[in-house]
Amino acid sequence: MATKKFMYLNRRSSFGTVYAIESLEVVLIAAAFEQDVSLAFMDDGVYQIVEGQETDGIGMKNFSKTFHALGDYDINKLYVSKESLEERGLSESDLMPLVYEDEDDDWEEKPSVKVVTNDELKAIMSEQDVCLSF
Amino acid sequence: MLHTVNKSSFERNSLQSCLNTIDDTSVILFIEDGVINAANNANSSMIADLAASGRVFALQGDVEARGISPKLADNIKLVDYAGFVDLVVEHGTAVSWV
Repeated sequence: MATKKFMYLNRRSSFGTVYAIESLEVVLIAAAFEQDVSLAFMDDGVYQIVEGQETDGIGMKNFSKTFHALGDYDINKLYVSKESLEERGLSESDLMPLVYEDEDDDWEEKPSVKVVTNDELKAIMSEQDVCLSF
Repeated sequence: MLHTVNKSSFERNSLQSCLNTIDDTSVILFIEDGVINAANNANSSMIADLAASGRVFALQGDVEARGISPKLADNIKLVDYAGFVDLVVEHGTAVSWV
């Protein structure tokens, strides 16, 4: 099967709507088909990967932990909008330390998350075959 | 009156609509994604005065779920579900800005 470049745009926070968890499900499916997958977090979507989410008080599944598994599915391109972070009083240090093991570099652990400006994101999006917005 | 807001002001104008019509004795409770409005961010000035007068509340479970406990804006009062009920009892008519 031909490989295409898929980008998933995550624009909403985790628990108020079903978009975030549905996106994650589809991302994992795409990875199972060995496609070139990257994720972008923008607008309130940046809250999906904020460190320290505790869902006991709302009785919902804390699927933020699933993001740690993405590296094992060769999903290691997670772009986060710098402007969206700043608007929300957040910085890279507030995000979960998501990593992957680089098989081309003796399985060294490397960060999957990259904070990019909207201009940089624009360029990355223009390289994609498919962009899906959630 | 008790005004509940369950949407982020970055995504919907529910909070602005609420603020446009809230009177001097009413309070706001942020629930669900509305707790994003309780974080210290570019939109915090919208509620700063109201919070300073002790009239802005946020539901603790929703705050914790979104990892924004360390990021709360000044003067936000956290309540649990029992506190939510107390607000309803105390303030009578509730308006839900969905």
